[in-house]
Amino acid sequence: MKREHGVNTVETGPLIGHGQTYGTITDKITSDVLERKTPRGMLFGLAIAFILTMVLFISIGWLMIKGVGIWGINIPVAWGFAIINLVWWIGIGHAGTLISAILLLLNQHWRNSINRFAEAMTLFAVGCAALFPLLHLGRPWVFYWIIPLPDTMALWPQFRSPLTWDVFAITTYFTVSFMFWFVGLVPDLATMRDTAKKKWMKIVYGVLAMGWRGSARHWHRYEMAYLLLAGLATPLVISVHSVISFDFSVSVLPGWHATIFPPYFVAGAIYSGFAMVLCLVIPVRKAYGLQDFVTDRHMDYMAKVMLATGLIVAYGYAMEAFFAWYSGNEFEKYMMFNRTQGPYGFIYWGLLLTNIAIPQLLWIGRIRKNMVWLFLISITINIGMWLERFVIVVTSLHRDFLPSSWDMYYPTIWDWATYIGTIGLFLCLMFLFIRLMPMISIFELRQLLPWKSR
Amino acid sequence: MSNNTQLDIRQIRATLQSKQGSEYWRCLEELAETEEFREFLHREFPREASVWDDSSMGRRQFLMLMGASLALAGLNACTKQPDEKIIPFVRSPEFVTPGVPLSFATAMVQGGFATGILVTSHMGRPTKIEGNPDHPASLGATDAFTQASILSLYDPDRSQVPLNRGLIGTRDKFLQALSQALQAKKASGGAGLRILTETVTSPTLGDQLARLLRQFPRARWHQYEPVSMDYAREGARIAFGRIVTTRYHLDKADVVLSLDSDFLTHGPGAVRYARDFAQKRKVAGGKQTMNRLYSIESSPTNVGAIADHRLSVRPHDVEALTRRIARGAGVLVETPQSGNHDTWLAALVQDLRTHQGSSVVIPGLYQPPAVHALAHAINERLGNVGKTVSYSEPVEIQPEQSQAESLRKLVSDIRDGQVDMLVILGGNPVYDAPADLDFGGALASVAFSVHLGLYADETAAECTWHLPQAHSLETWSDARAYDGTATILQPLITPLYAGVSSDHELLELMLGTAEPKSYDIVREFWRRHSGSRDFETFWRTSLNSGLVAGSTFPSRNVRVRMQEVQSLPPGRAVPGDELSLAFRPDPTVWDGRYANNGWLQELPKPLTTLTWDNAILVSPATAGRFDLQNESVVEIAYNGRKIAGPVWITPGHPDQTVTVHLGYGRTKAGRIGSKRGFNVHAIRTSDAPWSIAGIGLAKTGAKSRLAVTQHHHLMEGRNLVRSASLAEYVANPVFAKEHQPSAQPSLYPEHEYDGYAWGMSIDLSACTGCNACVVACQAENNIPIVGKDQVLAGREMHWIRIDRYYKGSLDDPEVVFQPVTCMHCENAPCEVVCPVAATVHDSEGLNVMVYNRCIGTRYCSNNCPYKVRRFNFLQYSTDEPTLAMQKNPEVTVRSRGVMEKCSYCVQRISAARIEAKKEGREIRDGEVVTACQAACPSQAIVFGNINDPDSRIAKLKADPLDYGLLTELNTKPRTSYLARVTNPHQEPGTSA
Amino acid sequence: MHEPRVYGLMAEFSGPEQVLEAARQAYAKGYRQMDAYSPFPVEGLAEAIGFHHTRLPLFVLVGGIVGALSGFFLQYYAAVISYPLNVGGRPFNSWPSFIPITFETTVLLAALCAVVGMLMRNGLPRPYHPVFNVQRFERVTRDKFFLCIEATDPLFDEKKTLKFLESLNPTHVTTVDP
Repeated sequence: MKREHGVNTVETGPLIGHGQTYGTITDKITSDVLERKTPRGMLFGLAIAFILTMVLFISIGWLMIKGVGIWGINIPVAWGFAIINLVWWIGIGHAGTLISAILLLLNQHWRNSINRFAEAMTLFAVGCAALFPLLHLGRPWVFYWIIPLPDTMALWPQFRSPLTWDVFAITTYFTVSFMFWFVGLVPDLATMRDTAKKKWMKIVYGVLAMGWRGSARHWHRYEMAYLLLAGLATPLVISVHSVISFDFSVSVLPGWHATIFPPYFVAGAIYSGFAMVLCLVIPVRKAYGLQDFVTDRHMDYMAKVMLATGLIVAYGYAMEAFFAWYSGNEFEKYMMFNRTQGPYGFIYWGLLLTNIAIPQLLWIGRIRKNMVWLFLISITINIGMWLERFVIVVTSLHRDFLPSSWDMYYPTIWDWATYIGTIGLFLCLMFLFIRLMPMISIFELRQLLPWKSR
Repeated sequence: MSNNTQLDIRQIRATLQSKQGSEYWRCLEELAETEEFREFLHREFPREASVWDDSSMGRRQFLMLMGASLALAGLNACTKQPDEKIIPFVRSPEFVTPGVPLSFATAMVQGGFATGILVTSHMGRPTKIEGNPDHPASLGATDAFTQASILSLYDPDRSQVPLNRGLIGTRDKFLQALSQALQAKKASGGAGLRILTETVTSPTLGDQLARLLRQFPRARWHQYEPVSMDYAREGARIAFGRIVTTRYHLDKADVVLSLDSDFLTHGPGAVRYARDFAQKRKVAGGKQTMNRLYSIESSPTNVGAIADHRLSVRPHDVEALTRRIARGAGVLVETPQSGNHDTWLAALVQDLRTHQGSSVVIPGLYQPPAVHALAHAINERLGNVGKTVSYSEPVEIQPEQSQAESLRKLVSDIRDGQVDMLVILGGNPVYDAPADLDFGGALASVAFSVHLGLYADETAAECTWHLPQAHSLETWSDARAYDGTATILQPLITPLYAGVSSDHELLELMLGTAEPKSYDIVREFWRRHSGSRDFETFWRTSLNSGLVAGSTFPSRNVRVRMQEVQSLPPGRAVPGDELSLAFRPDPTVWDGRYANNGWLQELPKPLTTLTWDNAILVSPATAGRFDLQNESVVEIAYNGRKIAGPVWITPGHPDQTVTVHLGYGRTKAGRIGSKRGFNVHAIRTSDAPWSIAGIGLAKTGAKSRLAVTQHHHLMEGRNLVRSASLAEYVANPVFAKEHQPSAQPSLYPEHEYDGYAWGMSIDLSACTGCNACVVACQAENNIPIVGKDQVLAGREMHWIRIDRYYKGSLDDPEVVFQPVTCMHCENAPCEVVCPVAATVHDSEGLNVMVYNRCIGTRYCSNNCPYKVRRFNFLQYSTDEPTLAMQKNPEVTVRSRGVMEKCSYCVQRISAARIEAKKEGREIRDGEVVTACQAACPSQAIVFGNINDPDSRIAKLKADPLDYGLLTELNTKPRTSYLARVTNPHQEPGTSA
Repeated sequence: MHEPRVYGLMAEFSGPEQVLEAARQAYAKGYRQMDAYSPFPVEGLAEAIGFHHTRLPLFVLVGGIVGALSGFFLQYYAAVISYPLNVGGRPFNSWPSFIPITFETTVLLAALCAVVGMLMRNGLPRPYHPVFNVQRFERVTRDKFFLCIEATDPLFDEKKTLKFLESLNPTHVTTVDP
């Protein structure tokens, strides 16, 4: 391992600004949390996010009182926004684990300055996602029947159902992501402990740091554990969105019943994940002047990853269309026809525009370096990925086998409120994280410094 | 309101007397102001969940908790069998075994005519209606109205108390008023006394009326019914010089011509006709012959839908065509020279001539007398009389040639001030009388008017007195079927609401009897007229079997007076540019009498699948001409009168004409039926009850949403309904199985089903799309109604639905019906995806739904290729106490958030299993009859044990016509279909 | 063996190279009971103080296997032994459908073992440790590196060890109170 040699110089631009030392890095990042007083902008943002969160709680309350009938769902479209949002959020989560785990295994040091941030995003996204499977139940108060608990009726969950798989996949994913995030946090919590001036801060961070003292032995096991976690998280992250895709591909429905779903769902997940990371990092980086740690080169890399995964997704769409035609199956053929020319056709075309066409701009280096462009494109991709899930869920359901049962789906105000509410919740958590935790992994940044520097 | 609360009757009377203003009271408990009732009131008046607007849902949610218990507590107070001795169909009532339902024979009366029914009663609560197998008009089947009438019995909006000018009245006060009024009449011999009834076939009522008219010689009896048989009677009078009732014997008819008649779904005897017709229609089992149906219609009907040849013309053109057919058949009438549809008519005539004696021409009630007269003539010329057609004495008592005329007379007499006392027995003339008569206006000027009705409706509001009438399941009466067979109606439950309960009692009061009882009146009549020496036996057997033996009218020989018929002047020919309009009784609420019946309101009307509204039906071409879209509101003007309603474009509707349905635009129907649709009586006049020409049609620019349950009408080239002509079928019996994609091999071994393996077969050749099965299922399985908004949202709950597809041209499409239930797939896709095993297979192959395990992921519905699953998106089931009484105790009432679907009536299967076990035998074939199967008039549905090689179902499954829906998905459905076989004429240019 | 008055002696260095070098020399000198402290993992430092391999991977492997077995058995027991049901005509033991959950449980248990194992072996959480008594030790989480030779080492002798440490030209040397 040539870790200690930090940056290898042939790369375009540095991974960390010049003149930074162990000390300066530490001070910069800790002071953002400990000294710097909360900027107005953040308070404002937090306020808005908080209001949206309240919208979420109101929607949930009404939902509990009335039932899922307040949404636009019906027969045949029995799944609507809830499932679309679930898949969307879970997808977004993937970038975090990918950056921390896979890039770690691939020995991509540039990840060090964004992984903490991305992991936090993962946690919160998965949290938002996990809301929906519960909320969309007709009788949410008995959700625990999906969990294998011995009960008096001696009944068990039905393990052939992808929904049961979801429960295990999502909970596992959340747990592992959390451990990964927290373990990564421990040394920096120790730093906070030792840097904090106020006693109560020392105590809080101290407790969280669990008495970390940077012993060589500890570091040895620590790195081993971290590496193993990464090794485990990598197949896990792949499996999670595959399982989510099983929700569809295991069914008999034209437009759902497709073997290509797992890989192209995973690609799509990473795609949207990176887009979301960029959406968050670009403003934060500016607001906190982190250009030295999250450099243009990082942006460039992430943009490239998006471009690549975006192309995989495009391939997925192409294959769906090809299978529909090549299968010769009348239902499949009609499904594709309906996607492109049916009543929801405009959404499909919108999806191709936002998810395939526009991101091609990323081929251009100047655009990859231009934060405004990058931000806008990332937003577009997030919208596109949401549209993709709409196409898959609604457009496939609303016209399936028997034309007699075909119908339309129109979201209600409560569908929107719940969706926007989760975005609020997500931002809320994000703001709190930035305020209370070192948003960049300090000890990993230190590793990026060439040794001779003092 | 529990039954153990002591009620002080005297105190109640006192309370009543003291009441001022329009204070309604719901039951004695309210007056007694018991604790329970106050509690009950605090919950506000409970409502059928979803017909209720959004705002009350939260409250309902909260009520759910306590509602049920309260409701039940409130009920058993009211449910008891009547004191008089009523005779159950199978077992005697002396020992009511708790939990074991009894079944009583009685009859359902509509438009005066009876259909024999068996009513299932659980511990004194009538819960379900089946047809009476012994009754000629039923043979065990029923129509949708009959199925739904059980709901009307428990309708909480039924009139519950006598009303005096809209204020609360009492029975005593009414009796005083009545006797005073009659005192005056005695002197004058009944001058100014008028009785208005609907069509009457009840021998007892007839006898009472006769006695009344004897007692008051100068009194008059008028009859009116918006859907009357005036034209038929007048037609008979022209043809035979006297009124007779026509009877058809379709089991003997090979060629049937319908002249704008929906004889399979509407009118007396429709259920029987459908059965007979289907017998000649079904080819399953290797039959090589079937009947052929020609239909000339002016508005799309089920008859036209299943006809082999359908001719869609404007109402006024039917007569011209009839004349040409008549001429072809040898009736020398003058015919118009116009040469439309020549080949069609030629083929038809040729077919009729070659089937002399085995053909029949059926004129529709909506066609003028001339058409009826001509039809009689044609039938006679073809030698059908005595074979496929027979005539009998009129079944109605003292039939009015024209009820419209009768009503007009009444109104004019009122205007001349000759009427000061009017007694209205049933009916709702203020709402449905012809517009030109302005009956409501006239009624106001009658000094003393009494209305006896189920509801405090529009007419009740205009009368001096209104009396709550007892439902036909609550009181004793009698009535005759289409063939004259008499049935004695016995009550299954004492009247839920107080008052003078029946027309018999009211008349008897007027005759001067004190405290008359319907039981005594009816029994007394039959004692005098049964003509049997041992009356008790007669009484008992008549009640037991549900019909009076030997009461069927003998057929009479009558000759058509050819000269009169042939010299009939042709009706006015309507110029092609004039827009004409056809009135029709509504397929679900009829003339409006069922307007407050939620089941019927939410029942998708055949062809349009429209619910909760009536619409203005137009053909695509006409819509194009006036640039109309679905749901765009148009105004129809005729002779200065106007109606406005939304348009529904109906393929197969004749051009240059529109169809509107009666029964909507009610103002005092109740919470379900009021303010729905538009009232067509506003332009319906006494001289043209069924069709008018020269109407004006104007767009208003407004839109009005219509809740239809089927939005897509083409099969998209999918192999769903498979059909062939008889010739093709004979040439290639296995056509249904051709082009059938082979099912994929399965990775897994199959489950074995030794023992019973339940399955269903539906004959698409026989299904007329009459909807009886849908309501039967709703009644049997406690299926809630959801209301117009929820239907608009796509959330109707019917477990069995009748898919309707169009084939061929937009203007004259072929229509096919396909009833779809849960297919009970052996490899059920729904089960695999349920995370909590709430839907699984049982050992007999049923796909069972475990409601209390369901958590409502709705994944099963998504993964059901047939989309037969229904979900309780909101709290749909009601906590309305009286409605709760109707619920079938054998079937769980589902709560919010739970999936449900067709269960193959599993409760009936287990009932049969228990019986079989008790007798230590296997369940016999035909012992388990599902609700839809029982109701089906054409016996299109067969259910049974596939593993029993001798069972009907096993034989049908083996039939070459048998095919499964979407079997290429390897779902292995247990419900399969018998492909549709039609029998078109071979002549060119006559394709259906 | 006499009860030591101090926990050990701690030398402070300002760079990874120095502490690594120092550790190597101390080990060469025969010291064993010692530990090095750094603000980030320094490659080779653990080996330098004679800590070569950890048993963590074995731990995780076992966790994974247990997870897999229990995961599959849970489903098999529920679907075949405890409450067999005919679900959509599938056999009771439709094992292909049981794979995803088996996989998830595998990862879950393995991951738990990795984290819990690491903390346990590191003896964390541990609120108190003598090294925290050194004022300057705070900077171990910032930019300083430390080598601490503990009194429990047989070769430990306050004066000699002190001299030795100073010979490694550290920025500071302090005694660590127990």
